[in-house]
Parts: sequence; C-alpha cells; structure tokens
Amino acid sequence: MSSSLAGKSFNPEISEPQAPTPARQKTWVKGVLIGIAIAYLSLVLFIPAFNVFVQAFKDGVGPFLGNLGEANFLHAAKLTFLIALIVVPINTIFGLCAAWVIARNQFRGRTFLISLLDVPFAVSPVVAGLMIVLLYGRNGWFGSWLEAGNIKIIFAMPAMVLASAFITLPFIAREVIPVLEEAGSDQEEAARTLGASDWQIFWRVTIPNIRWGLMYGVILTNARVMGEFGAVSVVSGNIAGKTQTLPLFVEEAYKQYATQSAFSAAVLLAFLAVVTLVLKEILERKTKIKDIE
Amino acid sequence: MAVSTLPSASSRPKNPIQRLLGLSWPWRVTLGYLTIMLLLPVAALIAKASTETPAEFWRIATSPVALATYNVTFVTALIAALINAVFGVLIAWVLVRYEFPFKRIIDAAIDLPFALPTSVAGLTIATVYSDNGWIGSLLAPLGIKVAFTRLGVGVAMIFISLPFVVRTLQPVLHEMEKEVEEAAWSLGASQFQTFYRVVLPPLLPAILTGLALGFSRAVGEYGSVVIVASNIPFKDLIASVLIIQRLEQYDYSGATVIGTVLLGISLLILLAINLLQAWGRQYEL
Repeated sequence: MSSSLAGKSFNPEISEPQAPTPARQKTWVKGVLIGIAIAYLSLVLFIPAFNVFVQAFKDGVGPFLGNLGEANFLHAAKLTFLIALIVVPINTIFGLCAAWVIARNQFRGRTFLISLLDVPFAVSPVVAGLMIVLLYGRNGWFGSWLEAGNIKIIFAMPAMVLASAFITLPFIAREVIPVLEEAGSDQEEAARTLGASDWQIFWRVTIPNIRWGLMYGVILTNARVMGEFGAVSVVSGNIAGKTQTLPLFVEEAYKQYATQSAFSAAVLLAFLAVVTLVLKEILERKTKIKDIE
Repeated sequence: MAVSTLPSASSRPKNPIQRLLGLSWPWRVTLGYLTIMLLLPVAALIAKASTETPAEFWRIATSPVALATYNVTFVTALIAALINAVFGVLIAWVLVRYEFPFKRIIDAAIDLPFALPTSVAGLTIATVYSDNGWIGSLLAPLGIKVAFTRLGVGVAMIFISLPFVVRTLQPVLHEMEKEVEEAAWSLGASQFQTFYRVVLPPLLPAILTGLALGFSRAVGEYGSVVIVASNIPFKDLIASVLIIQRLEQYDYSGATVIGTVLLGISLLILLAINLLQAWGRQYEL
C-alpha cells in the first residue's frame, strides 16, 4: 500500500540501471528487515522467555506444584506480597503529591526537582542497598540509636521495604505528571468556585481525571517491587524462610542446583510480568481513547 | 540547599523556616519523603566516602581489581547499548512502518525486560546459553562459550536494556512525516541516502537518549548478571558485584568508594540524558 505511493512519483530518467525502484526495493527490504528484527528478538528475548515456561513444566505439573508447596517458597511468596502491600500505597501517596507539586506549580528549581525524582532510575540497585546499609546498619548513621532502641532494620523486613520503596520512588509520579498536565486545572478551579473543599476536589475531580495513568503507575510499581532483586539482596541478608523474597528464592535455588524449584518460582514471577504487560496494554489503550475524545 | 528555596512564591513570608511551615500538604509530603528516602541515603554515602583521604579514595577506586570491574561493567554495557541501538532502530522502524502477523504481540513483548524480575532473566539466560542449553549447545561446537563468561554478561545487559531505544524511538517515528522521504526518493536519492540524510538526523536525539538510558540501566544491572557470570575478578566481575563482595567481607570503605564512583557516573549519565532530551525537543513541532 505504502510502497506503491513512492513508486508512482519516481522519475525513471534519473534512475540508474542497477538501482531498482523504491517500490520494488522496498518489498524485499521490508521482508529482510522484519526477519532480522524477529531473529534478534528471538535470540535475546523470546527464546529465553519461552524457556522459563518449558523448564518449569519439563517434568509435568506434579513436580511443579510440589515445588510450590515448599515451606521456604511459601514464606518467600508471602513476604513478597507483604512488602508490595506496604510499599505500593506509600509510593502512591508520595507519587500523587509529587505529581501535583510538579504539574500544578511553577517555581524555581522545578526542573531540578524532576531530575531529582529520576535519580532512583539512574542509581544501581546495589548502590541503593549500600546507601541504606550505611544509614541503618550497625556502623551506620542511625546504627547506635537503633541498637539502643533494639530496633532491627538491616537484615530484616524494614530495610527490604525501604530498598523497594527507593527503587520504585519515581514510577507513579512519572506516569501521573503528564496526565495531570493534560487534564489541566480548569475543572478543579470550577469545583472550587462552586464551593468544594480541597479534599472533595481531589476525590471527585482530580482522581477521576487521572485514574488510568495512576493505575498504570501503581501496576508498574507493584511489578518492580515484587521483582526487585539487587537492592533487596544487599539489605535482606537473604535468609531462607525469613528474609527471602521470590526473586531471591530463585537465585538461591539456582545456586544450590535446585533448578526445578528455581524455575517453578521463576514461572510465577514471569506470569506476574505477563499479567503486568497485559494490564499495561489495556490501560494504555484506555488513556489513548480518552485522548481522542 | 536548593530544595529549601524551591517554593519561591512572592506572597510567602521571607523567612525560609516560616516558608516551609506555610507549605501545603502535598509539598510537605514530597519534600519530606524525598529527604528521607533519597537525600539522606545519598548524603550518608558521600559522608562515608569523604571519611577517606583523597589519596586513599583514589587508591581504592583505581586498584587493579576495581579497574578490571570498570572495564567489564562500562565497556560491556556500552557494547550492549550500541548493539541495542542498531537493532532498536530496526525494530522500532519495523513496528511503526510495516504490517505483519503477530505485530501487536511482538510490540507488547518488547516491554518484557521491564516487567520480568532480573533474577528470572538471569536464570533463563544462563540456562538457554549454557553449553547444553537451547542456544548454547549450538554455539559450543564453534568454541563460543556464553554463560559464565563476559559474553554472558553482555547478553544479560542486552536483554535488560533492550526496550529503551525502541520505546524512545517509536513516538518520534510515528510523528515523522513520510512525505519528506517520498520527496527525497522522487528527487532521485537512493534508499540508503534517504535513510542517512533525511530519516536519521531528526531521529538522532531519540536514538542517543535511548542509548544513554540503556547504558545507564546496563551499568547498574546486578540481578541477571550475577547469575549469568562466574563473578571471577579480572574475568567477568562487574562493579555492582564487587560492592557486594566488599560488603560481605565487612570492607565498608571499599564498598563505599566503589559505590560512590558508580553513583557519580550514574548521575553524569542522568545529566547527559536530560541534556539529550532537551536537545530532542528542538525537533518537536
């Protein structure tokens, strides 16, 4: 369809005998380009992704389910969900506040604040974990206070929550800022002149306007929290049945040659990733449909 | 310092403390959370690093082991990002311009490395590219070992940074008008000339931004690499793993110095990305 357009306007006088017309050249170029793209994606993405599912069910569904019944696995799964349950709401509140501050205000240092928000994207998760150890570890800034108060943060759940929250800090704000800017503040101002309180404006006007962008951010945050490995492994101590999340369980099982149970946990995490992508696709379409209206 | 001067609305009281107290709740939550979660940890790292004398800092930062890990980390990450830049342009092009079966599914699957936990990525790459894995067994007779070598580190870095160039490029390609290319063809430009002279220049900022994002992600990557690599110094040990090894030996200064170097470079890349994005905005209509 598109190639015929180019062919018609082509002037034969200029063309050299060896050079085929763009129209003809394009059809074969198209095939080759699609072929290379799919070959490359298969090598680095599709085959490894497919492999997770094949390995997990290699010996059938029985051993797979058996692996999922292990005590250490169940504890890791529970801990992973619990951390997500704490981190996602906290980062949602922060993300909404930060997005409002950035999208609704013009102030000196606004660009700086946006860049600051991006820092967790740039920092290596291991460095993030290290920073938390330097703050709350035994020799850290707050180490002696925490020890005096008999509070354990490092090698315990609080540090894992902090590490996960650090890593996913920008996600929600990043998704909400453009939606909030797009929506504009006219409706909010109209509600205010009609006598609505700040809280009413937020619940009745702002939230409905940004709900898809917000949900998208929440889903990305959740996926990243549940999948985070580097930062959590630095601060958790990685003790099976105590401070081990699912991604840590995968590595530990693999290192101890329990490949089957590593892949059983991996397939669950991969399934979570697929669900995330499907939801993301749906939400993206919703935001796009709204844009057209 | 810069943060406390942020809300500079002229109607507010001049005293900075009064100004901070007069802020609305979203402001307080944002600044408070950022301080506790972000500024405090970074300050702790820098404070710890500055307890070393500059000479000692330099000695640890440039020790042979550290230099070898920088080589593996940055050079491999750069190669991975460059490979992804070339193929990313191609994939974005194919996805935006052509129609073919399963295009939507392939397009959605590009984001998989964002969503898939890195330990799962490491596990499956190590399996697929091991000597008896699906792809590794085909490479083994040729004498190419991927898993547990630097090549494996590269494959892991390619995997996790794959989406960046594609995702930064797609919207720009969508915006680009086909008429310009068709004009170039009709004036007798070859396909290569059209690509090189007409298509590529406006895409360059987006390609470089994606490249820098992918590079930044690859430099910081830990989870997949630690599983795919053998983590042997001078062979395939990356800087992140060296930090962990130092921490496990209770060598906090060693970990902190390398961590500071890594943080500094990450912040430089972030700055570069911001500048590249500002440059890219020139091309917007």
